[in-house]
Amino acid sequence: MSLPILSLCTFVPLLGALAILLMPKPDSARWIAQGTTAVVFALSLVMWANFDNANPGFQMVEKLEWLGGGISYHMGVDGISMLFVVLTAGLMPFCILASWESIETRVAEYMVAFLVLETMMIGVFCALDLVLFYVLFEAGLIPMFLIIGVWGGKRRVYASFKFFLYTFVGSVLMLLAIMGMYWYAGTTDIVALLDNPNFPPQMQTWLWLAFFASFAVKMPMWPVHTWLPDAHVEAPTAGSVILAGILLKMGGYGFLRFSLPMFPVATEMFAPMVFTMSVIAIIYTSLVALAQEDMKKLIAYSSVAHMGFVTMGIFTVNHQGIEGGIFQMLSHGVVASALFLCVGVVYDRMHTREIAAYGGLVNRMPLYAACFLVFTLANVGMPGTGGFVGEFLTMLGAFAHNSWIAIFAATGVILSAAYALLLYRRVVFGALVKPSLKTIQDLTAREIALLAPLVIITIALGIYPKPVFDVTTPAVAKLISDNKAALAAHHAPKVAIVQKEAAQ
Amino acid sequence: MNICADLMVLLPELILALGAMALLLWGAIGGEKTAPLISWGSIALLAAAGVAIVLGPEQATAFNNAFIADGFSRFAKLLILAGAALSILLAEEYFTRLNLSRFELPVLMVIASLGMMLMVSSGSFLSLYMGLELQSLALYVLASFNRDSLRSTEAGLKYFVLGALSSGMLLYGISLIYGFTGSVEFAAIATVTAANGASLGVIFGIVFVIAGLAFKVSAVPFHMWTPDVYEGAPTPVTAYFATAAKVAALCLFLRAILIPFPELITQWRQIIIFISVLSMVLGAVAAIGQTNIKRLMAYSSIGHMGYALLGLAAGTTLGVRGVLIYLAVYVATNIGVFACIQAMRREGKSVESISDLAGLARTDLKLAVLFSMLFLSLAGLPPLAGFVAKFYIFLSAIEAGLIWPSVIGVLASTVGLVYYLRLTAIMFFEEPAPALDKGRAFGSTAIMLASGAVTLALLVAPSPLINAADAAAKALLP
Repeated sequence: MSLPILSLCTFVPLLGALAILLMPKPDSARWIAQGTTAVVFALSLVMWANFDNANPGFQMVEKLEWLGGGISYHMGVDGISMLFVVLTAGLMPFCILASWESIETRVAEYMVAFLVLETMMIGVFCALDLVLFYVLFEAGLIPMFLIIGVWGGKRRVYASFKFFLYTFVGSVLMLLAIMGMYWYAGTTDIVALLDNPNFPPQMQTWLWLAFFASFAVKMPMWPVHTWLPDAHVEAPTAGSVILAGILLKMGGYGFLRFSLPMFPVATEMFAPMVFTMSVIAIIYTSLVALAQEDMKKLIAYSSVAHMGFVTMGIFTVNHQGIEGGIFQMLSHGVVASALFLCVGVVYDRMHTREIAAYGGLVNRMPLYAACFLVFTLANVGMPGTGGFVGEFLTMLGAFAHNSWIAIFAATGVILSAAYALLLYRRVVFGALVKPSLKTIQDLTAREIALLAPLVIITIALGIYPKPVFDVTTPAVAKLISDNKAALAAHHAPKVAIVQKEAAQ
Repeated sequence: MNICADLMVLLPELILALGAMALLLWGAIGGEKTAPLISWGSIALLAAAGVAIVLGPEQATAFNNAFIADGFSRFAKLLILAGAALSILLAEEYFTRLNLSRFELPVLMVIASLGMMLMVSSGSFLSLYMGLELQSLALYVLASFNRDSLRSTEAGLKYFVLGALSSGMLLYGISLIYGFTGSVEFAAIATVTAANGASLGVIFGIVFVIAGLAFKVSAVPFHMWTPDVYEGAPTPVTAYFATAAKVAALCLFLRAILIPFPELITQWRQIIIFISVLSMVLGAVAAIGQTNIKRLMAYSSIGHMGYALLGLAAGTTLGVRGVLIYLAVYVATNIGVFACIQAMRREGKSVESISDLAGLARTDLKLAVLFSMLFLSLAGLPPLAGFVAKFYIFLSAIEAGLIWPSVIGVLASTVGLVYYLRLTAIMFFEEPAPALDKGRAFGSTAIMLASGAVTLALLVAPSPLINAADAAAKALLP
C-alpha cells in the first residue's frame, strides 16, 4: 500500500491541534497552526500531482474496516472532489495568517478550532462512505459554532445558534435517508451506490428531498439562506472565509456526489423546482444585496446569488452547466474569501463594517484599492477573472436546457455588477472626507502576503482555466453519461408502451 | 434439577446478597467511622460479582425458568455493576466532603443492584416483580438519603408514592395476564398467546404492565416524578438513578415485552411508539426552560428513554442491539456528566444552577471542554459517542419500517440540541461567573477522564461494543 495521502491530509491538522494543546502559548499556537496548514497544503499539492486526470473514477483510495456490516472507513477522490480538497487546504493558511493579529484572546483555542475544522472539511470531500461523510459533515459544525460564538461580533450567540440549528435540521433528515439507503442497498459505500444506483422512483423522491433539505441549507438556497448573512456578519474574518470559501461548497458537492448520480429520476423531476429557487435566489438576493449597509452582509447575499448560479448549472445536467458549477464554486471560494479578507483589512483598522463609515480609501490605500478592485470585478464576473468562466458556463448550460432560465439568471449578472461596483465606489472612491479615515494605513507586509496570491489565482483562473477542467471533465462526463443511462432505463418501458400503442 | 446447580447460576447475585448483609453487620457493629471502608468493600463486592458474571455460564436457567442467565442479562448486569460501582465512588467523595458519611448508603446501593440484576435475569413475571421491588425499596430510601434536606425527603416520598402506584398497576397487569394465559412464565405465555392470539384480557394486561414499566423508565406520560427526584436526591444517588436504574428498567422492559408477547407486536408496538415519541418530544422541549442542571438532566434522561424505547418498538434483534448500545453509551456519558456536576462547587458548597456554569471556559477550560463534550454527546452529535448510540437506534427503527417515529425522533433531537448547545454556549460565550473550586478528588477525576475518553474515541473503534451488544441481543432474540 502506498502512502495514505488523503488520510494524511485529513488528520495532520488534528496532530497540529494536539501539538497546540501541549504548547498553548499564543505565539507557538500561531506558528504551529501556520506550519500545519502549510504542510497540509503541500500534501494536497502532492495529491494533485499524483492525480491521474484521465481516470474518471476514484483514486488514492483507502479502505479500512469500521462499523462493520457494509459501513467502512473509505476515502478517495475523483475529478469532482479533488480540487475542493486543494481549495480547502489552500485557504486554511490564509485563514491562519488573517487571524494573526486580529485574534488576541484565547488564541490557542481558536487555532485548535480551526485545525479541527480543517480535518472535518477535508474529510467531507474525501469520504467515500455515506456514514463517514455524514459524521464529518456534522462534526464540522461544532468548531464553527465555537468560532462564531466565542470570537464573533455583538450578536454572535444568536448567529451561532442559527447557523447550527439550520444546518443540523437539514442534516438529520439526510441521516434518516442514509439509513433508508443502507437497508435498501445493504451498504453505505458511495462507490458501490454510484455503480448501481437502482433505488425505486418513489423512494428516490423521498431520499432526494431528504438530501436536498441538508444541502439546500448548506448551499444556501433561497428561502433557507437567512442563516448565512447573520453568520457572516458575526463571524471573525477567517470564519467568514471558511464559511464562504468551503462550507457553502459542501452543498454543491453533495448535489454532485449524491443527488445527481444516485437519484437521477428524482433529480429530473425536481429540476424545475431547483431552477425556480436558483433564479429567485439570483435575482432576489442580488436586490437584497443592493440595499445592504454592512459590507459583510452585502458579500454574504452576493454569495447566495452566486450559489444560485451553481445550483442552476448543476441541475441542467450537461457538461457546461456542471463544469461551470464546479468552476464557479472554486472561483467563488477564492474570490469571496478574498473579499472577506479585504473587509477584514479595513475592519481591523476601523472596527466597523458599515459602508457609510468609509469612502475615498483609494487616496490613502492605493494597494488595497487595487486588490479590492480585482476581487470586485471577479465577483461581478468580468472576463479575464475567475468569476467570469463559471458564470458564463452555467448560463450556457442553462441556455441549452431552457433559455428562460438563462435570461432570468442574466439579469442577476447585471444586478451583481450594480451592487458590487456600488460597494466599491462607496468604500474606495470619492474624496477622503471622513476625519476618522485621515490616518488609515495601507496594506502591511502580512496583508500583502495575504492578498497577493489570491489576486494571482483569481486572474490565473480567468485567463487559463484549463488545469481545472483537465481534472473535472472526465469525472463530469462519467457523471452525465451515468445519469443519462439511468434516465433512459427509467423511461424505456414507457417509451416502449407508447410505441406499442402507436403501432397498434 | 438440584438446588445447588440452581444456586450456582445465581452466584453473582448470592455474592451481592451475602456480602451486603455482611457489610451491614460490619457497619452496625463498627459505627459511622467504617463508612469509607464499607464503600470500598461494596465496590469490591460489585467487582467480585462482575467477575462471577464474566466467568459464569454462557446460558443457564434456574428455579424453573424463573431466573435466566444469558448473554443479554450478562451485558445488562455488567453495565449495572459499572454504574453502581462508579456511583458509590462518587458518593464516597460527596458525603465525605459533607461530613455526612453513612455506611448504609453503599450497602443500599449494593442491595438495589442486586434487585436490578434479578430484574434483568427474570424469566417470569413473579421473579420480575420481586427484583423490581427489592430495587425500588432500596431506591426510595436512597432518594431521601439527605434526610435533613427538605427537597431530598420530598423526593423520596414522591418517588415512593408514585413508585408504589406503578407497582400496583404492574401487579394488576400481571394478574390479568396470568388470568388469561394461565402462566406467569415468559416462555409459557409466549406459547399461549401464539396459539390463542390476542384476547382482550391479555391486551389489557399488557397495557397495565407497560404503564407500570414506563413509570420505572420514566417515559412520558409517567415521567412526573423524575425531575423532582433527580433534583432532590443527592448528586451521586441521582447518578445512580440515571445510570444503573435506567439500564435495569429498560432491559427488564425489553425482556418482559419481547419474550412473552412476540405475536402481539402490532398491539403493543403502538403503545411503545406512542410513549417513545412523547418522551422524545417532551424530553427535548421541557428541558429548554430549566435552570437547575439536575432537573435538566432529568428531562434529558426522559428524552433518552424515548430514543431507547424506539429500539424496543422495532421489536427486532437489531432493535435490541440498538437499545443495548444506547444504554452502554448512555451510562458512560451520564456518569461523566454527574461527576462533572458533582465537581460544581463554589467555596465548598455544591451549586446546581445552570448560570453557575457561565464562562466556565475561561476559569476552568478543561472542565468546560469535558462538560460540553459530554453534553454534545448526549445530543447525539457526531463524532461523539452519543451519535453511535442514536445511529444504531434509528438504524433499527428504519429497518423495522418506523419511518415517521424516526422523523419525529430526529427532529426532537434537533430541539434537544438547543438546550445542550445552550449549555455549551453558556460555558464558552458568556462572561465568567465566580470561579468554581479547583480541587477535585482522584475518583471523580478518573471517572470524568474515562468518560470523556470513551465519548471521544468510541467512533474510532466501535466494534468491540457493537459486537458485544450484537451477541447479547442475539441471546435474547435469536
